[in-house]
Amino acid sequence: MTTTSTAPLGDITGSEAALRGFLAGLPGVDQVGAEARAAMLASRSVKTSAKSYAVDLAISMIDLTTLEGADTAGKVRALAAKALRPDPSDPGCPSVAAVCVYPDLAGTARAALGNSTGHSRVQVASVATAFPSGRASLETKLRDTAEAVAAGADEIDMVIDRGAFLSGHEGRVLDEIVAVKQACRGPGAGRGGEVHLKVILETGELGTYDNVRRASWLAMLAGADFIKTSTGKVQPAATLPVTLVMLEAVRDFRAATGRQVGVKAAGGIRASKDAVRYLVMVNEVTGGDWLDPRWFRFGASGLLNDLLLQRQKLATGHYSGPDHVTLD
Amino acid sequence: MTADRPGDRLTVRKTFKLYIGGAFPRSESGRSFVVRDAEGRFWANAAQASRKDARDAVVAARTAQPGWAARAPYLRGQVLYRVAEVLEGRKAQFAAEVGRGEGLAAPRAEEVVDAAIDRWVWYAGWADKVGQVLGGANPVAGPYFNLSTPEPTGVVAVVAPQESSLLGLVSVVAPVVATGNTVVVIASERVPLPAVTLAEVLATSDVPGGVVNLLTGRVAEIAPWLASHLDVDALDLTGAGGADSDEPTGQLAGELEAAAAENLKRVRRPPVVPEDWTADPGMDRLRWTLEIKTVWHPVGV
Amino acid sequence: MVFDYAPAPESRSVVDLRSSYGLFIDGAFVDATGPDRMKTVNPATEEVLAEVGVADAADVDRAVAAARRAHTAVWGAMPGRERAKYLYRIARIVQERARELAVAESLDNGKPIRESRDVDLPLAAAWFFHYAGWADKLEHAGFGPDPQPLGVAGQVIPWNFPLLMLAWKIAPALACGNTVVLKPAETTPLTALLFAEICQQADLPPGVVNIVTGPGATGQALVEHAGVDKVAFTGSTAVGRQIARTLAGTSKRLTLELGGKAANVVFEDAPLDQAVEGIVNGIFFNQGHVCCAGSRLLVQESVHDDVLERLKRRMAELRVGDPLDKNTDVGAINSAAQLARIRELSAAGDAEGAERWSAPCALPDHGFWFAPTLFTGVTQAHRIAREEIFGPVLSVLTFRTPAEAVAKANNTPYGLSAGVWSEKGSRILWMAAQLRAGVVWANTFNVFDPASPFGGYKESGYGREGGRHGLEGYLR
Repeated sequence: MTTTSTAPLGDITGSEAALRGFLAGLPGVDQVGAEARAAMLASRSVKTSAKSYAVDLAISMIDLTTLEGADTAGKVRALAAKALRPDPSDPGCPSVAAVCVYPDLAGTARAALGNSTGHSRVQVASVATAFPSGRASLETKLRDTAEAVAAGADEIDMVIDRGAFLSGHEGRVLDEIVAVKQACRGPGAGRGGEVHLKVILETGELGTYDNVRRASWLAMLAGADFIKTSTGKVQPAATLPVTLVMLEAVRDFRAATGRQVGVKAAGGIRASKDAVRYLVMVNEVTGGDWLDPRWFRFGASGLLNDLLLQRQKLATGHYSGPDHVTLD
Repeated sequence: MTADRPGDRLTVRKTFKLYIGGAFPRSESGRSFVVRDAEGRFWANAAQASRKDARDAVVAARTAQPGWAARAPYLRGQVLYRVAEVLEGRKAQFAAEVGRGEGLAAPRAEEVVDAAIDRWVWYAGWADKVGQVLGGANPVAGPYFNLSTPEPTGVVAVVAPQESSLLGLVSVVAPVVATGNTVVVIASERVPLPAVTLAEVLATSDVPGGVVNLLTGRVAEIAPWLASHLDVDALDLTGAGGADSDEPTGQLAGELEAAAAENLKRVRRPPVVPEDWTADPGMDRLRWTLEIKTVWHPVGV
Repeated sequence: MVFDYAPAPESRSVVDLRSSYGLFIDGAFVDATGPDRMKTVNPATEEVLAEVGVADAADVDRAVAAARRAHTAVWGAMPGRERAKYLYRIARIVQERARELAVAESLDNGKPIRESRDVDLPLAAAWFFHYAGWADKLEHAGFGPDPQPLGVAGQVIPWNFPLLMLAWKIAPALACGNTVVLKPAETTPLTALLFAEICQQADLPPGVVNIVTGPGATGQALVEHAGVDKVAFTGSTAVGRQIARTLAGTSKRLTLELGGKAANVVFEDAPLDQAVEGIVNGIFFNQGHVCCAGSRLLVQESVHDDVLERLKRRMAELRVGDPLDKNTDVGAINSAAQLARIRELSAAGDAEGAERWSAPCALPDHGFWFAPTLFTGVTQAHRIAREEIFGPVLSVLTFRTPAEAVAKANNTPYGLSAGVWSEKGSRILWMAAQLRAGVVWANTFNVFDPASPFGGYKESGYGREGGRHGLEGYLR
């Protein structure tokens, strides 16, 4: 098994037994309590100036996503345009964080988004590693990753091998993530090898919040830059309680190791109200350090338009309608 | 059993003592009081318990209580049933004493003893049933397992009925101990001797010492110490005033109840009309020394 | 980044308070006999909300007489199914007027609108709904084949959950065929008076529910009134003890729900994030004005530092302030007197050497406020570990073994509630069996339900409220 650098925690990735022992020793998650906490946070009332702030922040955190078999270059170019200028009528509207596509369209996305650098750069995120099931050989997964990196992806959204995780082979899962992380640093990785790795836990297949917590730690120990809830292909996808558990994990991981890891809630988030609830949760669970597109993302497509409608409502004082925001 | 007569073998008399913590001490005060039979003839000198005896009895009861409550209810039922077995074997003695003390003819005295034994058996059987009948799952609205169970309140002080020296005594003590409480009981002041004999039965069956502690003496002297004792959890005033006492005004009972308020003892007031000890007692005397504990736990994966 | 929630105040206009309220006797609002009036204030602003009558012994007498007439003539003899329908009606009206009642409760009590909206009101309605259904099923409740009401119940309730405590008292009493005279707390009479209007809207027969407002003396007159058959009291152990003495030697029945000093026991294998929520909910829910509050945190030494770090971080997130703001977590202390008591006991904590830490939060200039506070280094000998503070103050103690946890948890004259946090099932069940408390919350805290009996061991009182067990105190 690969040993990763988790110095303050000791040599817990040195053997599968040590790793399993560490993960099993994490505090349990009581489902009812976690869901009650999430529900309480969801009851926060975010109005007026706070809502404006939250809506813009949420837009800037979106990984605008298309992951369909019917995806084409044209579709991706349209998405890229929307990503850069979500509301053509308002230049003050922030860009989204990234466009998220399959590896074979990463190059198209990169080209459409331009090669600007700096803070306003909209990232190209590519799923990889036999997304969404993850059922392929490691070689295939690494080639998948390398192609996406070579095509100009800034971020790789990999899936973990849930089968391995659920059958007690946490070491294998760790090794795969480490290998993919290595591939992200490999030749071709843009801008000094800074391709960020998002690790999709597919929480809807993990069955318990305890597993979500363990998988979160496993991914972080392996070097994940982000932990991500879902592929969007499995129900349930992102939920508030699952995200709560993951936020607690990144908070505790930073406290233990000093390294900050991001969280991406993906799938099923369609309404502005929901997005604001996630931001409230980030605010009160991890604190303001994570209230930044570098540390929190929404994986979504339809959400953007609902945020834009809200944004127009807040700006004009009256309700807008679907013909007043652009199709993706 | 009766008074010694010339020409007969001289009877070996019994010294009637207290029963505390499984032992039979005399009163620490050294006092005794004259017990007369129903016809007013001298019967015995019984130990006259003092406040210190009451204190010792409470300590014994408290010491014994956790262990007694921790016995499996099934086992507690068997232990108490064993008492009935021993009672049955000493029926004649009890009939003689009850008859002599309460002034009952032999057939009636035997009926009363039979009823007392049957009452004891009835309550012994409750030990492992009361939890189911008085407790249970509560259908709460949230995702919670929610269960209520009755638990013994702890140490119970009882002023036994004054008239019914055995059946009444059994009827007030058995339900209290069947559910895991321990008891300090002041026997009928006028007819205390069947109670002492019952204590001998308890001592020779499997009931742990301290579960039942028996004081004989003056209710008005001892009961206030029990009523005000902060390590007593409940107080049964059945024989302390009103219909089943020698003090029908109920003034003493009122004073005892007021004293019991200091630590909010559960108080069972004297009956308004005399209790018919032969009637079906229902669950009333089981319920009053039980606390309902409700446990919540989330239900999740 | 800083994500500040803008003020999100619940609208005060949904509640239309009169400037002055009389007593509610025999189905109508009437003036108190005496000239005295008292003012009820908003503890968050010290503004006067309304004037209410002060009932004296003569008023109490009128109310008891009305209740007696109603019991004899109407309510006691009414078929249970008809009583049930009145109670269902009341439950529905409470639901219909929930928003208004929630605002009134937060105004008068100081509790956050989130709690009055999400806890007090839904539970109050649920209590009436639950007991409505008992009214025509009493013969199946295990109290004999033909259980009978006691008659007139005199009920005295506290200020911490004004409407909810009213529901806990009135719903079972009425379901069982009793009529009531209820005295709300001196500082929180408003929702009881709004409830009187609800009784009118429900066409409840006059005299079945009577509300007499006033200070402690009014409650004393009610408790002592010879025409009362049953007294139900929720409040302090000191007053409960006095009532028990007063009723000694009478034939009045009595149930008491009194104070507590609950231990909340956190084991090293607890689900820590939920445990921290449970600790916070246990002591800061309703500003700690909760008789069953988890005011003594017993934390296993091996996780003491970790738990304290998490707890402090969480406490720092608590939003203290305007009770009507929907985002407020901790509202105002109910009264100047209560604030003085909290300060006095906290000062005792300092003086006895415990270490105080308070959440860093700005407190409003007006009104009665106390920052969420914890004391570490507390031992069983400290006053703050023994006396009920009834405020947002947590005493933190440690233990090493389950047996030590039980010994410390039970080392109190109180016995209302307790909490246990552990992921080990057998340990949870063992602890639950060992703890001498009427309610044991395992891996949760401060949850309530009308189907679940609530009440104390030892000096926390006697009798149970809720569910089938809650009927016993109102039947003979």
